[in-house]
Amino acid sequence: MQLTGAQIVCECLLREGVQVMFGLPGGAIMPFYQTLPEYPDLKHILVRHEQNAGHAADGYARASGRVGVCVATSGPGATNLVTPLANAMMDSVPVIALTGQVPRAAIGRDAFQETDTTGITMPITKHNYLAMHAADLPRIFREAFHIASTGRPGPVLIDLPRDVLEETAEFEYPDQVSLRGYKPTLEGHNRSIKRAAKLIDDAQRPVILAGHGVLISGASAELRELAEKAQVPVITTLLGIGGFSGDHVLSMGMPGMHGQAHNNWAIDRADVVLGVGMRFDDRVTGKISAFAPEAKVIHIDIDPAEVGKNVRVSVPIVGDARRVLHALIKEVQTATHPDWLREIDELRERHPGMPTSSPDRLLPQQVVRDIHAATGGNAIVVTGVGQHQMWAAQGYSFTQPNTWITSGGLGTMGFEVPAAMGAAVARPDAVVWSIAGDGGFQMTMSELATIVEQRLPIKFAILNNNALGMVRQLQDLFLGGDNVATLYTGNPDFVKLAEAYGIWATRVSDPAQVQDAIRDAMAVDGPTLIDFDVARDENVYPHLPAGGTTSQMLEGPGLSGDQAGKDVPAWLT
Amino acid sequence: MVDLAAQYHTITALVEDKPGVLARVASMFSRRGFNISNLSVGHSETPGLSRMTFVVEGDEWVVEQVAKQLYKLIDVVRVSDISDDSIVIRELALIKVRSTPETRPEIMQIVDIFRANIVDVATDTLIVEVTGDEGKIDALLQLLKPFTVKEIMRTGRVAMTRGSAATGSRKTGADMTDHNAPDTEVVP
Repeated sequence: MQLTGAQIVCECLLREGVQVMFGLPGGAIMPFYQTLPEYPDLKHILVRHEQNAGHAADGYARASGRVGVCVATSGPGATNLVTPLANAMMDSVPVIALTGQVPRAAIGRDAFQETDTTGITMPITKHNYLAMHAADLPRIFREAFHIASTGRPGPVLIDLPRDVLEETAEFEYPDQVSLRGYKPTLEGHNRSIKRAAKLIDDAQRPVILAGHGVLISGASAELRELAEKAQVPVITTLLGIGGFSGDHVLSMGMPGMHGQAHNNWAIDRADVVLGVGMRFDDRVTGKISAFAPEAKVIHIDIDPAEVGKNVRVSVPIVGDARRVLHALIKEVQTATHPDWLREIDELRERHPGMPTSSPDRLLPQQVVRDIHAATGGNAIVVTGVGQHQMWAAQGYSFTQPNTWITSGGLGTMGFEVPAAMGAAVARPDAVVWSIAGDGGFQMTMSELATIVEQRLPIKFAILNNNALGMVRQLQDLFLGGDNVATLYTGNPDFVKLAEAYGIWATRVSDPAQVQDAIRDAMAVDGPTLIDFDVARDENVYPHLPAGGTTSQMLEGPGLSGDQAGKDVPAWLT
Repeated sequence: MVDLAAQYHTITALVEDKPGVLARVASMFSRRGFNISNLSVGHSETPGLSRMTFVVEGDEWVVEQVAKQLYKLIDVVRVSDISDDSIVIRELALIKVRSTPETRPEIMQIVDIFRANIVDVATDTLIVEVTGDEGKIDALLQLLKPFTVKEIMRTGRVAMTRGSAATGSRKTGADMTDHNAPDTEVVP
């Protein structure tokens, strides 16, 4: 069958099961756009900025477990995809980016809207392609979707010169992928699994650190079975949240910089740490040499380069989390660790979190708590990056996989708006809350228009402290309170702004009004926005300083763990 | 130039012979701060595959990360650390050295001793071609220095395992792509 390159692209997308993509056209990608009317099953959602197309594809992928697709033209269209591609790369999210490129003969001549897209995106994609012939497109698309969605998932970019989209070629979609250099290891090595089981059986104080890999491989049931069989408490990393139900008796919460304090103390005491689908990120470990000082580490990850990268590993197991856990469950003995679980309960009591509400101040934590109550813990929650993200991660107890969508590795402010859009498209059945910061929201709020156009019933909660709160917190806690470039003095009226888009909106300043406002918003059939005028000086606790140790963790205003009840250090007063 | 006091590893990689592969490899090395003291590329015995030889400076952790990060590139088919193999190491150098009728015989004598060749003669220069390991080439350069070396062109190291086993095959060297070798403790 002879087709144009653009038709071939559409045929390939259909064969890969793509139903929707997010994009914004321009000159070089136009032949593709002009072909779309021939393919009514390929839905295209027109965004207001290419960055948001990328984040929407990312949010779509995380909420649905499918590959997200975004489209942009050459030059500035492609460069605007840099942030979302880097974000998807860091968080192992399967995204396909299609970019237009100038015609082949113009490549390298600094043509209008030309940029070296494959060169720019090389370090922030799992792989990328510059398609030089329409006849190559079927193989490229087959490979690209395979690479993006298997092994450790990640973004793959396909750069499409305009005349490649216009030339005709024979279309036949390949059944198989043949990539000599790409064969992810799925099954863990038997002997390693036996050694891991032995370590777990012999452990007195084991903990599991569960990461994003648990969600990606769909290993929640296996994780739960293992944890219950061997009675091992489970700590979920920022991206692992939802992989283990937050209301399970063995659920501990989040570790690291802003994780619940008892987790960091527990990791300090652990004799075996089982890392599953996580990468011992610096936000988790703090000072590497002081991390889990008494523990032997078992590390299960599908990416061999992660094993042994940051911490010393006693038993490395390269493989798919679900398959390895499945094998491990059979090997470990049924066990109980009553002393250890009691010790953890004591740690919980000795290191309680901060109060989540106050009668006279609207605390951001209260908003998270009340949204949780109003949604029964069943909403999809999307956040940006900063204080609001940490309060949401700490305060909203997730029970289902893939309902917590946040930018982890790259830490992309503004993610909360477009990623919520992608999640709402992926899960029309779900209630989607975007818990936003006022800083990040203003980076990507142009998508409110798209959200209205697409009738996406996203509930926005802006935890508005008129500041870049996390940076303001760092300044206040560690840099003498010198608030350089962190306090906004001219934020817009977010209620009027939302109303300009035709979105129902209200403002809440009184702690007693929070629940009513949330209930009102949920009663609206369509997008809503609540501007929560929260306490500006509220800090996220605990705060374990970057590269610090557990004993340096600030567990509350002026309190580090080993200083509780002692004198407040002078530099904090 | 290879500093013999530091820790060096010879790593070979089989890579797809496609545009941009060298850029991917170089980009990865620079982004992760790995130090390659030399790199050479050429076609391998298999059509469509090229073989790269790297000399990497660093300890065991660095070499392991280099190998794993290399293998993570889709176009890299196999990575092997052949440092502990019995290997033949060669490098080729072209050296343009100033010569006069008076110094020419002396230069030719040195060239003979090193089993090097003179591949170009002009009125006031010679081009010497020499192959060998880095030490031999460095030694020849030392001896030619007094005559004024005008230009040096070195290919970088290529290496091959001795005997019938293929370089970097599972029989020789450490196959860095066999990630599930049990009983290994991985230490950063």
